[in-house]
Amino acid sequence: MQNALQIVYLIPLLPLIGFLINGLGRKYLPKPVIGVVGSGVILASFILSIWVFMQVKGGNTHIAYYFDFISVGNLKIPFAFQIDQLSSLFLLIITGVGFLIHVYSTSYMHEEKAEHFGRYFSYLNLFVFSMLLLVMGANYVIMFIGWEGVGLCSYLLIGYWFKKTEYNKAANKAFIMNRIGDLAFLIAIFWIISRVGNVNFSDVFAVANGEVEFRKFSATDITVITLLLFIGATGKSAQIPLYTWLPDAMAGPTPVSALIHAATMVTAGIYMIARSNVLYSMSHITMDIVAYVGLATALLAATIALKQNDIKKVLAYSTVSQLGFMFLALGTGAYVAAVFHVMTHAFFKALLFLGSGSVIHAMSGEQDIRNMGGLSKKLKITFWTFVIGCIAIAGIPPFSGFFSKDAILLSAFVKSPLLYSVALFTALLTAFYMFRLLFITFTGTFRGTHEQAHHLHESPAVMTLPLIILAILSIIGGFVGVPEVFMHGGDRLGQFLAPVIKPNEMHHVSHSTEYLLMGLSTALVLVMIVAAWFKFRNYQRKEETGFGKVLENKWYVDELYDKIIVQPLHQLGGFFKSVFEVSVIDTLVNGVGKAVNYGSRQLRLLQSGQVGSYVLLMVLSMILIFAVQFFIRK
Amino acid sequence: MNIIQILFWFLSVVAIFSALMVITSKNPVYSVLWLIVTFFAISGHYILLNAQFLAIVNVIVYAGAIMVLFLFVIMLMNLNKETEPQKNRWLKMAGAVAGGCLLLVFVAALKGADLKDQEAMVNEGDIGLIKNLGKELFTTYVVPFEISSILFLSAMVGAVVIGKKE
Amino acid sequence: MEKKNNMPINNYILLSIALFCIGIVGVLTRRNAIIIFMCIELMLNAVNLLLVAFSKMHARAALLAGDVSGSAGTDGQLFVFFIMVVAAAEVSVGLAIIVMMYRNIHSVDVNFLNRLKH
Repeated sequence: MQNALQIVYLIPLLPLIGFLINGLGRKYLPKPVIGVVGSGVILASFILSIWVFMQVKGGNTHIAYYFDFISVGNLKIPFAFQIDQLSSLFLLIITGVGFLIHVYSTSYMHEEKAEHFGRYFSYLNLFVFSMLLLVMGANYVIMFIGWEGVGLCSYLLIGYWFKKTEYNKAANKAFIMNRIGDLAFLIAIFWIISRVGNVNFSDVFAVANGEVEFRKFSATDITVITLLLFIGATGKSAQIPLYTWLPDAMAGPTPVSALIHAATMVTAGIYMIARSNVLYSMSHITMDIVAYVGLATALLAATIALKQNDIKKVLAYSTVSQLGFMFLALGTGAYVAAVFHVMTHAFFKALLFLGSGSVIHAMSGEQDIRNMGGLSKKLKITFWTFVIGCIAIAGIPPFSGFFSKDAILLSAFVKSPLLYSVALFTALLTAFYMFRLLFITFTGTFRGTHEQAHHLHESPAVMTLPLIILAILSIIGGFVGVPEVFMHGGDRLGQFLAPVIKPNEMHHVSHSTEYLLMGLSTALVLVMIVAAWFKFRNYQRKEETGFGKVLENKWYVDELYDKIIVQPLHQLGGFFKSVFEVSVIDTLVNGVGKAVNYGSRQLRLLQSGQVGSYVLLMVLSMILIFAVQFFIRK
Repeated sequence: MNIIQILFWFLSVVAIFSALMVITSKNPVYSVLWLIVTFFAISGHYILLNAQFLAIVNVIVYAGAIMVLFLFVIMLMNLNKETEPQKNRWLKMAGAVAGGCLLLVFVAALKGADLKDQEAMVNEGDIGLIKNLGKELFTTYVVPFEISSILFLSAMVGAVVIGKKE
Repeated sequence: MEKKNNMPINNYILLSIALFCIGIVGVLTRRNAIIIFMCIELMLNAVNLLLVAFSKMHARAALLAGDVSGSAGTDGQLFVFFIMVVAAAEVSVGLAIIVMMYRNIHSVDVNFLNRLKH
């Protein structure tokens, strides 16, 4: 069945068509049609992605060239898709999880008016289109187009309820912080163009491997390019210092948070680095930076999540933390582990977000967990799927999170035991805050109002079915990457990705050490879960003090940024407006006008009306003309 | 130095001197008279160049008719030395300087022209004779000749119309 | 004998230039309209002189080149003839205008003619 790879353009095209239909027809189409169109195109893309995946699994990779996007001088940037193991895997994740979330949204957003409902689905489809472009691009520029596109859709969707100013501010924040990263990405692209001559992945990696004559990357080149790309990734994937937008992005609807800020967009940075693994493996400085930044972010976010009281904020910081883990994996050279964690994280984080959406729905819009409690009785499916998600994220075998997280921890241990211990500590914190969330929300006594209690009901099947599917995936999803110690040749994911990602030449750890590490982490995680159970099962609301207050206020990072970046910029803007604009620019512009005015007034005096002066001028001009004619223009 | 050259230099000096007197005389009647002298000097040059017809015509038309017309008009307005308006000194100097500069520019431009071998034929040559000029005038240039009669007619009509008292 | 009857053309050119410039100085310097007019006539005459000199130059050049038709340089002199024609017409009309100007403002001062300003 060769022709799957010929029609691969349909995979992004269908969501684009969905965007156009829902976007243009949002005032005319009824809600069911919008929902069906919006979800249907994603389902179609998903089926095509499965087909493509089967092809790739059979060994057929393909670069589909369509047309020259930019062709100027010697620079040719084609619009081409690269279908290989890495991109086809991401295709499955994006369209699969995306489809489930689309279906979920049809019920979650059903209270919206038809026009806004259509707007929502058109934005979602546009987002999927951009994300597909990002992972399918055969060169950095097409990836960048998708990169920008998902940033735009993130802005549009965070500010979906645009009537609220805080939501708009959150959308602005997300977009602006993304852009800072994008600048670094662009500079990296320019650098690559100057060294390689184009941006195709195949060419860039060939040059990096030294397979091309006359073109070589120097060590500085590699370091700078990888660093710049990483800075771009910090913007998109919310690492230090560009992470503060992600918790604020929870202003958007919950399915949006699930899709964009958990499962797909934020993993774009991971994808990009995994794709460029050839470059990153050549620069040890950048790898170290990536690992340390990732770990620091993971730790920081985990500590903040300990004290958050908004159900979505906890999950947001959890996402930041898990992304930090993925970057840690990338930084220690375990690219496959990072991609593995992307996959499993997509499953259980989407599950957790959708579950929280179900809770919010049941609580008539309440998001503060201090007003919840004891929901397990009324929201059975939500509760049990949430439990599965929590177990997965905590990393208890044999759930998916265990395998991916363990691969990361192992890689960290190989690099440095210190790295491993901090990472392990963060993993323990992860378990603790997640189960804190679970217990405060679902166990104990109900702390909400009477109307909320009245309204409590399980979500409809359209919402719970995706939850169940994701829960199943969270349980079994890990079995594609079973480590060597359990099953010889069990790392099917690593084998699958081998053509794109060279297997990690790790120093091999003895089997006993590996068992020890796994057992240690599992045991400690179980201890944390039990501790959380005891602390939070009968939760009483109380004020935070001291260190807890610092954590609750996110280490005051937002305030810091405000003080050292935002306020000075405002001052600068104010300065330019009131001082520079008035004295310099206005003077210049008005001055030109005044000068012309003055000059013309002076010139007007020449017209005296006296014939004699006119004749004099004539004679003088004649002299001038003769002089020029005879002497200057020899 | 033969007679031709002596005559040339003499006539040139007279022409230039009288031209200078034209522009510097305060009394306008004197200016007219000096201009008449200039015309005679130029006619002398014409004769030297054996352009007999033009010499005579110059005297008759220019010195005889046009200058007399000028004289009539000046007499009509009773202009004399006292009523003559004077430009202020700076303007006069500016004018003189401008004229001088023009002279310099022309002379300098002339220097670049390679005219050493070109000479004008003086004292002989038939082309100035009436017979030859007339032959050319009435064959090749007969149309301008006829048109010039219309020109005169219009000039007459114009002068009469303009000069009429209401 | 031929040598003696030839004047270098430069002399005539210089003479003509001198007269022309004197005429210009006169136009710029004088305020009496009639005198200005006369200086214009002076300029015209300078040009006439030069034209006649050039016509003789061409006649000589034709003679040296072997052309015996004897009509080589007549154009210059006929042109002078027409210049005189035009000068005559121009003087009559011009003086009529000056007389009319005198009748209106009782002066021939050129500085009174400053209506061009508005």
